[in-house]
Amino acid sequence: MSLKISRRTFIKGSIAAAGTVVAGTGISGPDFAAAGPLSDEKQEPLSTLLDIRKCIGCEECVHACREVNAAKYPEPRKPFPKMYPKTVPVQDWSEKRDVTDRLTPYNWIFIQHASVTHNGEKMELTIPRRCMHCDNPPCVKLCPWGAAKQEKNGLSRIDADLCLGGSKCKNVCPWSIPERQTGVGLYLDLLPALAGNGVMYKCDRCYNRLEKDELPACIEACPENVQSIGPRSEILEQAHSLAKEINGYVYGEHENGGTNTIYVSPVPFDQLNAAIEKGKGKPHLAYTKNMMADGTNLSRAMLIAPLAGLAAAFGKFYLKSKEDK
Amino acid sequence: MKATGKTRSYGYAIVLFLITLSGFGQMPIFGRYYIASVPGLGWLGEFYTTHVLHYAAAIALIALAVYVLFDFVMNGVGLKRLTTSGYFKTGIISGLIISGCLMVVKNFPGIYWSHTTIIVLDLTHLSLCMALLMLSLYTLVMKKKWIE
Ligand code: SF4
Ligand code: SF4
Ligand code: SF4
Repeated sequence: MSLKISRRTFIKGSIAAAGTVVAGTGISGPDFAAAGPLSDEKQEPLSTLLDIRKCIGCEECVHACREVNAAKYPEPRKPFPKMYPKTVPVQDWSEKRDVTDRLTPYNWIFIQHASVTHNGEKMELTIPRRCMHCDNPPCVKLCPWGAAKQEKNGLSRIDADLCLGGSKCKNVCPWSIPERQTGVGLYLDLLPALAGNGVMYKCDRCYNRLEKDELPACIEACPENVQSIGPRSEILEQAHSLAKEINGYVYGEHENGGTNTIYVSPVPFDQLNAAIEKGKGKPHLAYTKNMMADGTNLSRAMLIAPLAGLAAAFGKFYLKSKEDK
Repeated sequence: MKATGKTRSYGYAIVLFLITLSGFGQMPIFGRYYIASVPGLGWLGEFYTTHVLHYAAAIALIALAVYVLFDFVMNGVGLKRLTTSGYFKTGIISGLIISGCLMVVKNFPGIYWSHTTIIVLDLTHLSLCMALLMLSLYTLVMKKKWIE
């Protein structure tokens, strides 16, 4: 019963989302909606497509995210425990929960503004920004203690009950997405003075809604259907035909080795990157190389290591037996 | 024979030092505790640098371990000449290599392991590392050898 309803919700959402794309590109909407429920485990990873042209910067997505995910937000215990050395930064957003113009532990999506002139045309573009949900997410893979996790459907999330707030995920994320709140989480029960510093927060792509076949809140709430979600290959196909049609550009397909967040823009992304305000909590739109690639390439050499050891041992044995003769 | 034994020991010491240092660098502690602020040690706070160094040192350790193992076997030394501490260290290093290899697999794209699996792996790897460090300290201080 619930599946039926939620599936209908999904189809409604994605037809709406795909429908507008159809109007522009001729991609078939029903096909897209028929791709299957969002909670399908066997399905390839899900990606989102963001058509920047359509965004009007109304922040409906921002408010929907805050409403739907409010229960996940941190309620820090105060006063914060003393941390050593004294220079360890306290990061407290609990008194600034209203901030919506950047990423914070209480704001997982925000709108970036860009004033650009392209082909002689002056344009004001607004761009919803949140976690990119990378194909091979460094935030997950390099978390020293398994607090972050990637799901089969392509989303990555940080478990607030496990995170110690060391901020390594933010450090290794090419967009510095996760944001820390001090005074919450597991570290309080361990050695709060010496290790840990709260919990890291970021967009979890509404994993709990996807499990119920519901659309992520920001996608559902958008009056302009800026975002759509579907299997990666279909989203990429759609992104490319849209880009071709509008003579546009794609971002997120190759960045950091590939992500599940694909932006399509009528303006080149380096131009957008130059125009947006960047800095703390405000990610760039620049090309970024695959951060995990060096490790992945080195692991191939790891396969050769035993052979090298074996060869050395044989070599030594051979020389020695020759000497003995 | 003596000379290769010495080279081997130095090789092992260097690899053990680098792999431990870069391993600890996987945790956000060198930055917090100013170690990365010491001139020349800034790289200890760079996670991608220590990540790659840890992999490189692991390659060296695996090669060395396989070399020593087959050298033993081919020279007919056999495992029976291993001292008790040697036995323990062999076991711990094997455990470190196995858990480490599983962590390398975990880092490949398209691998989606559960929190529990990852946490068990991380903790096993860290505990084995601590055990090896303590045992190595003991054998160093007490001048215990690997083989009799
Ligand atoms: S709700 Fe849609 S149109 Fe409004 S800011 Fe968000 S993405 Fe843009
Ligand atoms: S964008 Fe950053 S936080 Fe998001 S999945 Fe990629 S590495 Fe992780
Ligand atoms: S997917 Fe969910 S958590 Fe992520 S920005 Fe949208 S509403 Fe927020």
